[in-house]
Amino acid sequence: MTTAVAPAPADQEHDAHHEHPAWLAHHFDDAEQQFDAGKLGMWIFLVTEVLFFSGMFCAYALYRNRNPEVFEFCSTFLNEKLGAINTGVLLFSSLTMAWAVRASQLKQTKTLIGMLGATLGCAAMFLGVKAVEYSHKWSIGLFPGKFYVSQIEGAPHSTVPYLWYLSIPALILLVGFVLYYVYAFVAASKFHLRVAGPLVVAALCFFGGVKLGQILEAEESHGDSHAAAGSNAHGHEHSDHDGHDHAKAALAPTVNLLGEPETVLHDVAVSPAETNTPDSNVNQKGMAGLFFSIYYCMTGVHAFHILGGMAVITWLIVKSARHEFHSKYFGPVDNVGLYWHLVDFIWIYLFPLLYLIT
Amino acid sequence: MSAPSADHTNDSHDHGHGHDGEFSHPMPVWMLLSVFFALLLLTVATVYQSTFSLGNLEVWMSLTIATVKAGLVIAFFMHLLWDKPLNAIIIFSSLIFVALFLGFTMMDAQGYRENLIMNPTLLEDSQPAAVNVELSK
Repeated sequence: MTTAVAPAPADQEHDAHHEHPAWLAHHFDDAEQQFDAGKLGMWIFLVTEVLFFSGMFCAYALYRNRNPEVFEFCSTFLNEKLGAINTGVLLFSSLTMAWAVRASQLKQTKTLIGMLGATLGCAAMFLGVKAVEYSHKWSIGLFPGKFYVSQIEGAPHSTVPYLWYLSIPALILLVGFVLYYVYAFVAASKFHLRVAGPLVVAALCFFGGVKLGQILEAEESHGDSHAAAGSNAHGHEHSDHDGHDHAKAALAPTVNLLGEPETVLHDVAVSPAETNTPDSNVNQKGMAGLFFSIYYCMTGVHAFHILGGMAVITWLIVKSARHEFHSKYFGPVDNVGLYWHLVDFIWIYLFPLLYLIT
Repeated sequence: MSAPSADHTNDSHDHGHGHDGEFSHPMPVWMLLSVFFALLLLTVATVYQSTFSLGNLEVWMSLTIATVKAGLVIAFFMHLLWDKPLNAIIIFSSLIFVALFLGFTMMDAQGYRENLIMNPTLLEDSQPAAVNVELSK
């Protein structure tokens, strides 16, 4: 298994020029030049990524600057507990990714595969929580742009099983990975077992994320009904309270909305009777719908970056199962790590900007 | 390895790590863990901060905390502190362009604020926003 380190005699056509190990591309003088060239390319790619996301942040900044009340209204629909959990999950995956880079430099293959697997699992868990968030929003009609459904208190929720639809790809992958693991077990191939193990765990992590998201989402709606009951009893104390109960309170129609303009903006569902409240301006396709366009665009593109990251991490797991990395050849791990940290970096900004608006 | 590698061994001394072609710089585990916990702490701080209403300051507060977090990620997880200065220049130049992009767009938006109708209800409700309607024809 250490053949990768030794100069590869198999490279017949290259040997005509000079000897070089299999992991060192022909056109590089030495390992460090190869590493530096790759890393420079990766940083330039990250620059394009930053500029790419900055377009969406620009749309966000313009629209929020123009209509701050839309953001206050809409952000009450975002579950900040789920957002915070996902931030933690992503930060942890960054830690394991950075650890994987260290392990690849020190040639600790077991740690390397473990850390890459943990990163993959965290990514899947992030997507699981995200699936719960998205499907919950779709079920109450929080769609982007013209598909936005005005939020009216007591309106029936959609019964379309969105969460199922989102889980189907993960389910198929899980079945595939389990079959692969069984094959690896039967074939008693160490290489395949090393690859299949992390993949099965990662696919399971998606469903772990879904479960976690569902628990937190259920907690949240439970809290809502409590807050609603409280708001009937002492409507006025609410303007003094800040944060959670305040923001999540679902005001009953009996409360004088016009008397408490501060509270109105944090109302989750709008009573059909109140048509002249600030909410009725905000709670429509052109306003809240546009917020959700921005929300889905930013978090959706971010989620696609996570998917891309998962694909390359899987590739890294295969390569590390072949013992390809060592102190002179760890560029792929390092560069995927850079990409992964950038995805984390974007989320670090997205989380407070979308979820934590009061 | 071939002959030209001698030049690069000299190079590696310039940016201060390793010797004899050894260019990897494994991060110590304690450093990774402390950066991770610092990031978690800052996440808790930003969630906690959002429970106060600070008005306009709030955006700047959360952006400041996010920037500190992003700085930690870039410096330690992305290893930029020990990286070649060229890479740092590249990534920071992108941030300068992002600032220019956002800055000029916002300036533009402020400059034309009166002429823009961003709120569709202003058109329907015939509220005192009549000036806007006129300007937009």
